[in-house]
Amino acid sequence: MPGKIQQVIETFKHLSLVDKFDQIFVVLKQLVLACVPEALQPLVSGLLSVVLVLSVFPGVFAIVTVIERKGLGRIQNRYGPNRVGIPFTNIRLCGFGQFIPDGIKSLTKEDVVPYAADQVVHFLAPIVMLIPVLLAYAVLPFGRNMTVTDFDAGLLFFFAVGGAVEVSVFMAGWSSHNKYSLLGAMRAIAQMVSYEIPLILSAVTVVMIVGSLKLTDVVAAQNHYSFGVAHWFAFTPWGFVGFILFFIAALAESNRCPFDLPEAESEIIAGYFTEYSGFKFALFFLGEYLGMFAIIGLGVTLFLGGWISPLSFLAWVPSYVWFLAKMIAIVFMFIWIRGTLPRLRMDQLMNFAWKFMLPLALINIVVAGIWHFMSHDWQRWLVCAAIIFGSYLVLGRSLMRNQKLGKRTYRFAE
Amino acid sequence: MSLPFLIIAFMTVFAAAAAMSLRNLVHCALAFVVAFAGLAAMYLQLDAQFVGFAQILVYVGAIAILIVFAILLTRSGDTPNEAVLAPGWVYGIAVSVVVFTLLGWAVLNSSALPKQTPLAPVATVKDIGGLLMTKYVLPLEIIGLLLTAAMIGAVIIALKEPSPTANSGRKT
Repeated sequence: MPGKIQQVIETFKHLSLVDKFDQIFVVLKQLVLACVPEALQPLVSGLLSVVLVLSVFPGVFAIVTVIERKGLGRIQNRYGPNRVGIPFTNIRLCGFGQFIPDGIKSLTKEDVVPYAADQVVHFLAPIVMLIPVLLAYAVLPFGRNMTVTDFDAGLLFFFAVGGAVEVSVFMAGWSSHNKYSLLGAMRAIAQMVSYEIPLILSAVTVVMIVGSLKLTDVVAAQNHYSFGVAHWFAFTPWGFVGFILFFIAALAESNRCPFDLPEAESEIIAGYFTEYSGFKFALFFLGEYLGMFAIIGLGVTLFLGGWISPLSFLAWVPSYVWFLAKMIAIVFMFIWIRGTLPRLRMDQLMNFAWKFMLPLALINIVVAGIWHFMSHDWQRWLVCAAIIFGSYLVLGRSLMRNQKLGKRTYRFAE
Repeated sequence: MSLPFLIIAFMTVFAAAAAMSLRNLVHCALAFVVAFAGLAAMYLQLDAQFVGFAQILVYVGAIAILIVFAILLTRSGDTPNEAVLAPGWVYGIAVSVVVFTLLGWAVLNSSALPKQTPLAPVATVKDIGGLLMTKYVLPLEIIGLLLTAAMIGAVIIALKEPSPTANSGRKT
């Protein structure tokens, strides 16, 4: 046992200073593993990774809720939460302690279950929501050598567990015995099923180029630089379109504005979790945000280089910092979009998914094939970009052709 | 017969039994989902990652939702009051037991069945993908065409025709 600890410490000493910061969590885990007997090692290893995921991402969730409220406040010309800081002191921290009272409030609230509700299904729905969302984190590479389980079909696993979320949404909506809940669930499922297709098809291009479903391989394929700029897939024609499609589909999959029809407050109260209160509501809230982070993390891994720094002279920043920074940047864009765009109508939502995103994703797959087989020079950039731009123009025009856009007329508000 | 196998098998069989015996149809559909997930877990336990995840993706993510939608769109939410089992259930079970024994006996005594368990082939997801795109590309495309045709057919059947003569024919 002590020999192993010595060995781990020796290898750590031989790392450069940059690598020491980069690998500190990996080495700490090895150190703990060296202290436990051989038979318990897989269990302890899994437990450590799970605890890390379970503590980091809900923590990010807590901070993001405050950022979202403050950001939306600024966009809407008000302050947002700015009072609560560290409890029992006068330090305000610009209101970033707001998540503590929010959490306590949802924990201590009464849990109201409607009389007509289907008790068992109503109870199970938030749990069924949260478990697949947490499972999805198992395959994301958070940093160099930092993946919980790195197996062959990682991408497939991610999308497979994502499919289970739809079941939980249905369970919540149906078991509440409330028309608004059921309407919200129907809307949510229709939207998720529709946008899952462009989501998966835009990820397929990356799989075609990398030749592997393993997410660490995807990151490794982007880990080289020319002229000091990283080879992120988002910097290629097909990757750029793929990233935009993935971004929009991720917005829709996580039911964010402008795709927030499933929980449109002004129409159907809160959608499928109308009848949930207290901690169960908090679980839905948590599940929704963790699902959003997971899908953003996947987008970052597929198109934005995962934990790789964008510029080669910034490579000294630890890998996990890059991953989290990219994730938070995209979350910020989500908040920005929420504060900016109005909600879509149901027919606009469906037309956009089936008539624009799906054909463009299919064309993008063909473009990725052309990119793979053409010689590595400037011509393939030209050809691929031309195909994508042309098809974008044609699809966009055809989608807008039958739209009668004009001055809006009001029936009752005049 | 390892412990994980026993747990998964019990869960799958129990959920399947619940799916056919519960009174509320939506509960049956949800129990069906558990059975699908149990089957997927069984595939994963046999190291068949691709089949396992495809099972979850297709059956839990799509087929189950389809079933649930079909139930909601065709029936009212009330649970029926009649008995779950049909009147002749004793005969049904007797017939099924006889058929199962006969089939099992025939399979076990078949000479086509290899007596020794063959070595498990190491099939990675990449191998499966390669084979699907080279050797089996024609069957794959035929299946794709068939499914697309079925989908278009379903849409056409469900499509309401906005013909002007339809209104004049129905005077009620």
